[in-house]
Order: sequence, then C-alpha cells, then structure tokens
Amino acid sequence: MALVEEKPREEQLPTRRRKIAATGADAAAYAVRDADVDVVAVYPITPQAPIAENIAQMIADGELDAELIHVESEHSAMSASVAAAATGARAFTATSSQGLALMYEILYIASGLRQPVVMALATRAYSAPINIWNDYADAMSMRDTGWIEIFSENVQEVYDNLVQAFRIAEHPDVLLPVVVTLDGYILSHTTEALEPLDREEVLSFAPKRPRGYRPVLDPDHPVTIGVLGAPNWYQEIKVQQALAMRESRRVIEEAGKEFGKRYGREYGFIEPYYMDDAEVAIVTLGATSSLVKAAVNRLREQGVRAGMVKIRVFRPFPAEELAKALENVSAVGVLDRAVSFGGALEGPLAMEVLTTLAVRGIVKPTISFIHGLGGRDIFVKDVVEMYQKLLEAAKSGKSVTRTLFYGVKSRRGHIV
Amino acid sequence: MSTNQESGGFPERFLGKKYPETMEDLPIAAIVPWPGSTLDVTTHAWRTFRPVINQDKCVRCRLCWIYCPDGAILEVDEEYTTRSGRKYKVTFKVDYDHCKGCGICANECPVKAIEMVPEMK
Amino acid sequence: MALTKPIKSLWEIPREERFVGGHAACQGCGAALVLRHLTKVVGKDAIIVNATGCMEVISTLFPRTAWRNPWLHLAFENAGAAASGVEAALKALQRKGVIDKNRYIKVVAIAGDGGTFDIGLQSLSGMLERGHDVMYVVYDNEAYMNTGIQRSGATPYGAWTTTTPVGKKFRGEWRPKKDIVGIAYAHRIPYIATANPAYPIDMINKFIKAYNTRGPSLVHVLTPCTPGWRIPESKTIEVAKLAVQTGMWVLLEIENGKPKVTVKIRRRKPVREYLKMQGRFRHLKDEDIKKIQELVDKYVEEINRWVGEEAIGPVEE
Repeated sequence: MALVEEKPREEQLPTRRRKIAATGADAAAYAVRDADVDVVAVYPITPQAPIAENIAQMIADGELDAELIHVESEHSAMSASVAAAATGARAFTATSSQGLALMYEILYIASGLRQPVVMALATRAYSAPINIWNDYADAMSMRDTGWIEIFSENVQEVYDNLVQAFRIAEHPDVLLPVVVTLDGYILSHTTEALEPLDREEVLSFAPKRPRGYRPVLDPDHPVTIGVLGAPNWYQEIKVQQALAMRESRRVIEEAGKEFGKRYGREYGFIEPYYMDDAEVAIVTLGATSSLVKAAVNRLREQGVRAGMVKIRVFRPFPAEELAKALENVSAVGVLDRAVSFGGALEGPLAMEVLTTLAVRGIVKPTISFIHGLGGRDIFVKDVVEMYQKLLEAAKSGKSVTRTLFYGVKSRRGHIV
Repeated sequence: MSTNQESGGFPERFLGKKYPETMEDLPIAAIVPWPGSTLDVTTHAWRTFRPVINQDKCVRCRLCWIYCPDGAILEVDEEYTTRSGRKYKVTFKVDYDHCKGCGICANECPVKAIEMVPEMK
Repeated sequence: MALTKPIKSLWEIPREERFVGGHAACQGCGAALVLRHLTKVVGKDAIIVNATGCMEVISTLFPRTAWRNPWLHLAFENAGAAASGVEAALKALQRKGVIDKNRYIKVVAIAGDGGTFDIGLQSLSGMLERGHDVMYVVYDNEAYMNTGIQRSGATPYGAWTTTTPVGKKFRGEWRPKKDIVGIAYAHRIPYIATANPAYPIDMINKFIKAYNTRGPSLVHVLTPCTPGWRIPESKTIEVAKLAVQTGMWVLLEIENGKPKVTVKIRRRKPVREYLKMQGRFRHLKDEDIKKIQELVDKYVEEINRWVGEEAIGPVEE
C-alpha cells in the first residue's frame, strides 16, 4: 500500500516526461539553470551547500551562463543579490538559519526596495545551541520581512515552486522578493523522483521581460534607489508595500493555475487532504505535511474521519482559503516546527491559524502542537496521538490554551 | 541645468508625481526618478553671511567655483571688461538660492575679490 | 563622457554639475566637495553605490536627490558587496546581449571611513579579493560624523570625539589611525591612491586613473568636517592643505604595487600648525604635540623608505 496517497488532482499529461532521481538541492539548482538566472551570490552553509555546489558545477560545465559571486558572508550574499536585481538582472541566492539571520537587515531592504530576488531556504534550526538539522525556525523568522514565502513538501515542489517564484517575483503587479523553502536534509539531501521542465518551457512560463519594464540602475535613465524616508513619507511607503503583498495573491493564484494548465501539476495556496468530511484536522507546512498525510491514512483505515491542510503559501497568508477548508471540522490542530518563545501561543503557525478563525468569528476547539525541533524525528504514531487529543477536544468542546510540546524526553512525560 | 528633468524610460505607474501629496502619487519603493531635484530646495536661510564677488578684482582663476561644496558659484559665459580695461570671457556669479555662506570661496580667493557680507533680513 | 586623460589645469574640469546643490551637507563640507568633483570625472556612464553615512543621507532625502547618476544605497556595511552585485549584473547582462557590450559602465562605490575601515571592511575585502571592476572611493572625515562625531578606526591619535572625549582620566583618542591603504595594498589590487581636495588637479587625476583601471581600485580622500573637527566653515581647504604640508597626509599613488608620492613636500611644516587650527585637538599639551610630531616623523620616514626617495622632506625650522 502506498505510504502517501496520490494527489487526487493529477491529470493525465499529454506528453511523457522524463523522470530523474534528484535531491532537493539538485532540484533547486535545476530550476536556477532552467530559469537562466544571471547572478548567483552564495555563501556556503549546511544544509544549503549542495545547491551552491551544483550551480557552480553547472556554470563550470557551461550549462548555465551566470555570474557566481563567491561572497564572503551571507550579508554580502543578499546585498549583492539585491544590487544585481536593482541593475535588472535575474538574481538568486540560497541560505539556511544562521546565514539567514546574518542577512536579516537586507531582507527588509530587499522587500522595501521591491527587488524581485528569489531565494531558496534550506530550513534549519537556529543556534544556540548550534544545530544543523531541520526545523522551521528560520522560515518563521522571515514572517515580517515582506517576502513572499512558499513552502515545499517534496523535491518536485522545490523545483516547481522555484520556477513559479521567478514569475511571481518579477511580475510588474508584484515586484517583491520570494523565498522557497525546502526542509533541511529531509528534502535538500534526500533523493526523490523529479520531472524537470526544459529551459524553453521555464523561460516561456517565467519570461525575462525587457530591461525597462521596471525602474533599474541605468545610466540613460538615472534613478535614485534607497533613499532616506523621513516620518512624513515612510508610513505611506510601507502601506504601499503592504498593498503590493495583498495584490500578489492574485498573481500567485494565477501562476499556480497556469502551471497546472501547462504542465499538469496545479498549485494553490493550500492543499486540503481528506477534508471533505473531516471531523478533526491538523494544519502544517513543508515536508512535515507528508508525515501528517501518512497519519491521516492510518487513521482513516481505523475509521477516524481525519484530514489535514497543508499551507503552501505562508506569506501572504491564505486566511480565506484556510477558514473555508476548516469550516466543518470539530477540532483544529496546528503542528509547528518552530517556537515563538513567550508568544500568546508558542507555535507561530498556530497564531496565524487562530487569528484566521477568530477574526471571522469561527470558534472551534484548537490545539497548538510543537514537535520536530532541531531535526528531531516526528513519527507517524506521534501525529496519530495528536489526532487522538483533537478527538478528545472535539468531544469536550474545549481548546487547550497553551502550546503542547511533543516528543520531549522529560520526567513529566513526553508531552510538556 | 534643468531641475525638472525626469528620468523617463520606465512605465509611468512606477514613477509617481514629482511633488507627491498622497500615497497614490508615490513612485514605487520610494525611488526618486528626478535626477538633481535637490536644486528645488533653497538653502539661503542657512546663511549668516553672503559672499559678494567684486567683478573688477576677480582674475577668473576658477578657484571659488572649484572649492564650493554646494556648486553655488556659477560659471557663466558672460563677457566682462573690468574698469581697468581687462577683458574676460567668463564670469563667476553666486547662486544665492544654493549658497550656504560657508565662506570657503572668500577664504581661498587669491586676490581677495570676495567679501563675506552680513545677511540683511 | 568620463575623463580618460589626466588634466593639467583647473580649466579642464568639466563644467556640468552631476552632484547638485540644495543638498543638506553642512556649510563647508569637504566630502560634498569631493563628490562634486568625483561625479564630474566619472560622468554619465557610472552607477554609484553609496553606503549609509553623511553623503548618503544629505543627498537623498525623499523625494529629492542630488545625484544625476543612477544611484543605489542598501546599508552601512555593504558598499563593497553591493558594488560587486551591480558589477556582476552588468557583466552578465552584457554577455547575454541585454546591455550593449561595447559600453563601459563603471561601478563607483562611495563610503565614509566608518563604512570602510570598520563595519564595511569585510565586504570591501571580499570585493577587492575577488577582483571586481569597481572604483571604491572612501571619504575620510576621521570619525562617524553622521551619527554625531563618534570615534572610528580612522580617528587619529589625540583627537577629541564624542566617544573619545576629553575628561579627567582620558583625553581624546589614544590609538593610531588604521592603515587602510596598507590593507588595500595587501589585496594586491591594481590601483590605490590617497587624495586631498586642496590639491584638486592631483585628486581629479587620481579619480581618472581609478575610473580607467580595469579591476578594483581604491581612492582614499581626506575630507575635513567642519563640525566634527571643530573648524570654521571657511577653513576646510586651508586645513586640508596643511594636512599635506605637515606630512600628516601623504599624497600617494600605488600602481600595480609600485608606490609613488605624487605631491612632494620639500620642507614640512610642523604639525602644530595643522593641529592648532582644529578644535578637536585644542586640549593637546606640548608633550602631546611632540608625540604627534614624532609619529608623523616616523610615518614620513616609512613612506620615504617605501618609495625609495626623500619625497617628504624634513620639518622646516
């Protein structure tokens, strides 16, 4: 029996495409190659390094014609990428936790200057203590930076999301940087089947527009980029940016639909799984979704009406779609792999989900779960246990008001 | 020296209006597509003294024009004949809209042709 | 059109203003003057990358700009990295035929001493080491002036700043100035120069050489700051000139590793004349001035040895 059910929406493709074995890092590099990126500025960090290595090899072999800047830190990597985008080039970079933290101020600058940089984030836990394995702390810390954030569940999605990212970022109605995540090690270093597109297709889906379609650094049309915005105008500039993020929803949706029409794999903001008649549901992101789907399968076999909702686009957050998907469930769980210490709930995704429901007056028993920090394995039985807790909550009608940490080696038990 | 030169070359929707009043007038990402637009700002109120060039003493050495940090000494192709009969092809004039009264010109003038005179209100 | 040949007279300096007035620099600002001339030299085909600092802030208060060139500001410490990104983009786009291959567009990075010696040192080093074709101009007013005259790695021995103030226990900066030219020299770049606005022909010729260098270049310019150095606004050029005449600032040029002094001084003036013009040195006693004179004597000796001749002479009695 298949561990994870086939996506019900997969259509029969008109042409047979080749399938290759690829890791998430390979997929990211292929997407960069097929999108004919102009400038890549990267600094190595585990587990992102194979992305940089693959790109370097492709350039060395002449498969990709791009300037590879061997920057001396991640701060410089993002600086060079934003500067290259401001000059009109298609720019790409990649990093993970500590590297992302080092480039933090430039992330805000990238979105504030409306530069369409595309970044691959191999998710990794934050120091301290230093930990090179997977969790979503770094992705969550990008929440407020004004970047469009898309999470990938498997290697195919890494490739497809990056291809769509170039189209979304550079769209004249958007002009915002886009980050595509891939779970560190789980996706970046794991081989799965990948159906890449060819370069012509990618360049027709995500075309390189003529240089003057947006303001860039050009001696014939000099513009000043990166001004001092005093209190008399800063507020309006930021609101303009917020409105652009809202407007990007339309472009993201359209890109996902067009991708489906052309290549047979349609993408939306969320992916509901067995939600039509679900009684209890868990909301989660990234590769963790596959795990939760496996738990749903197991529970369904036992007759439990379980379902799950995968959030694909985390920013802009798909509140409407999520609220609709959760309409009829009796209890909602959220599985986070990151901690917002001292938060109203410690799970950052949980806070988004709760807000989504609360402002619409949708009151349901909800539980915020955190597991899988720093690369800790989450087992299907752990997720099944979470569902059992949700069933109890559905019966009692009561939420759990504080986040539950699962899988903890504690004298108090494994739930803290 | 046009102050109203617009960069052009990019779609209008991104460039905004030169004197924005509301958010809808703003260019994208607060870029400024009006090169040299600080010329619209006058700095005469900064002064306590103003330079006055004595055109007859001036030997057109160009130093005041060279050393002005604000480009407030203008070099114009205007002929001038001094009282003693010397003919010059250029004349240096103070742009009082952009002069801040620092006095570098007066300090560096080799023939003391520039006098710093108190600003009259 | 950028200048390509060295100039011999002040009349060869182009008239067009590409860094225009109306900006908010202080009265008598040395740095604003330098940028005015720099932009005349580089002309139209230059993209400017500016680090956070005095010159960035005074020239681009939204919605106005003093610049006539395409201009980019990202942050404080990344002028080198941002310039690398622009240069790489130009290279890639020219190779792919998006920008005319035959057009030489220079990337000019501008940063203050703070954004170069201290916080910007890493990204400068990366840019120099990777060999990007970028002209890096550092305007050195010897402290973090924009944030209110705090000490930087470029603050010279004895200077008062707000973070090396004069008090009962400590009296001004006690450490020597960081040697950025030495650091650039260690990167083996094709062109390094020091310049001074009181010697405009020398300064402009150095800008011309740096612009026409195919590879990284660094020009280190001394730019007196009227509030920060506590000098009257009209004395900017006079003080800058004394810096050279006392040997405190040597006008050097290092082409492909070969050093040369471009403005020789036969008889140096005693440093006292330079120091007494500035309020930031007002607290110095005779023994402090003697110490500074000794430091300058030693520095001059090192320079003379390096260039292989007595380019800077002894102190005149």
